Amino acid sequence: MLVLTIVRLELLIARRNMWVATSVILMGLFTVVLTLTGGAPTGTLGVDPLMIAVTSITTLSVYLIPLIGLLLSFDAIAGEAERGTLALSLTYPLSRAEILIGKFLAHLIVLGFAVAVGLLLTAGLTIWQHGGGGISYFPLIKLFATSLALGAAFLGIGYLVSSLVRQTGVASGVVIVIWLVCVVLYDLGLLGALVADDGGAFTKTVFPWLLVANPADAFRLINMPDISVSVLASGIGAAGAASGLAGQLASLLLWPTLALFFAWLTFRRVEP
Amino acid sequence: MVILEIENVGKKYGPLETVCGVSFPVAAGERVALLGHNGAGKTTLMRMILGLTTITSGQIRVLGTAPGSRKARTATGFLPESVAFHGALTGREQLRHFARLKKAPVKQVDELLNRVGLDHAADRKIRTYSKGMRQRVGLAQALLGKPQLALLDEPTSGLDPISRHEFYDIVDDLANNGTAVLLSSHALTELELRTDRIAIMSKGALVANDTLSNLRLGAQMSIRIKVTLETGAVERMISEIGGERMNGKSVTLTCLQDEKIALLGRISSYGPAVKDIDIIPASLDDLYRHYSQKTASEISEAASC
Repeated sequence: MLVLTIVRLELLIARRNMWVATSVILMGLFTVVLTLTGGAPTGTLGVDPLMIAVTSITTLSVYLIPLIGLLLSFDAIAGEAERGTLALSLTYPLSRAEILIGKFLAHLIVLGFAVAVGLLLTAGLTIWQHGGGGISYFPLIKLFATSLALGAAFLGIGYLVSSLVRQTGVASGVVIVIWLVCVVLYDLGLLGALVADDGGAFTKTVFPWLLVANPADAFRLINMPDISVSVLASGIGAAGAASGLAGQLASLLLWPTLALFFAWLTFRRVEP
Repeated sequence: MVILEIENVGKKYGPLETVCGVSFPVAAGERVALLGHNGAGKTTLMRMILGLTTITSGQIRVLGTAPGSRKARTATGFLPESVAFHGALTGREQLRHFARLKKAPVKQVDELLNRVGLDHAADRKIRTYSKGMRQRVGLAQALLGKPQLALLDEPTSGLDPISRHEFYDIVDDLANNGTAVLLSSHALTELELRTDRIAIMSKGALVANDTLSNLRLGAQMSIRIKVTLETGAVERMISEIGGERMNGKSVTLTCLQDEKIALLGRISSYGPAVKDIDIIPASLDDLYRHYSQKTASEISEAASC
């Protein structure tokens, strides 16, 4: 299996470049802090303590997972082309799809490992603080699976950028802009439109679909359906009902698939 | 058996023609040197043979299949000009990866590391390697899986003279085992004894493709003969045969290839007055200059270019 050979090499490189360590420390640190502090203000409200932690971690993951995904992937093709290692790789008997899938699987494993470490710490800390009884683990599993999907979407976007611009410096700039737009500016724009529309037709018909069209928002909706933690969350909560679980799932599945497909299409046209 | 066939191949980047009407075969066990100044189209030709870039006109067959096909890639070893690897890997890890991609036995990696003299540094990160060491890793990966075609682009750049010598020993071994070798180089002198055939490219076209001795014949370039004589005989030889006096003791004569034997006969008639004779044939540098200039005018006349 040539794909596995690529996966193996990319995992080795990710370990040597400290990408694994960086991602795990990032995710681990933030989830531990949020788990320990997240329960404090709620006190004993009778809410599942894990659910509180999952909500805080979801808010954080919306920012962190796309960032890690883009950082892992923006260099994948542009960097190799620039360093001159791509031309030699392409003279070996394997297809470009195999190279791309190999890199994708390796990076997804790195990301998944970091998320898993974070969530296991969360589960461990919650059990330690509140005892193991009465805790539903389903939100945690759902958070892990959707984190993978969200990460996969941004990995694919990163590869697409990497093979489109072919210069690492430019690619890094472009992915930062994409990250800003997807996790910050897009929501701000939608909020502005909501305020301007003041409960009109846009709010009821277009807005819910625009919201799930962004994979980061679909991820947020699917993991915190009925929590009124913030103004944004309450607006989103109402909209979540309109697009429904199907829309959210479709967004989280379509984005990785399409991003990877277009990344492959552009990578095919790269002449090293 | 012909491993590589190049037939009337051309490559255009927009209006710019970088390779034009190039044809030559490379047979199993043959060592062919591809010469040409920078921008003559050598690297572009190699990239077309590898399937890294499209061919605009003509066709290339590697083992009877299209360039870049899985069969062609499996059978080809390639050493790029200024080869690069991932600096975070060790030489052994990088080569094992390439061996797996080529489905070559992983234990061949250890043999090759020995063969290119890298066994002592095999477990160090490639980023600590010198240029010569990276070139050796590059050569080792090109030898993985016993290729039927070896494409070596400027393989000896960055190697010291002893390493160059060892490099050509490896090339000889390859050719003796039936690999077709196509290599490009700027270091002309080292190619003289180490290749079977020389192909010269100029401005994208193939201007010569023959053995070194045939190229010499075709070029009609003069051979210099330096004769060292007893002092009294120098004047006599200049008046009888001609030539130029050098520092009072020797005479330099020039002649064409087919006049050489007759001239040597006349020199030997001086008997013991002749102390030494040096025959200096046209060097590859002279030949290369001759062929790439001669044809600059012919290329522009040819309709196809």
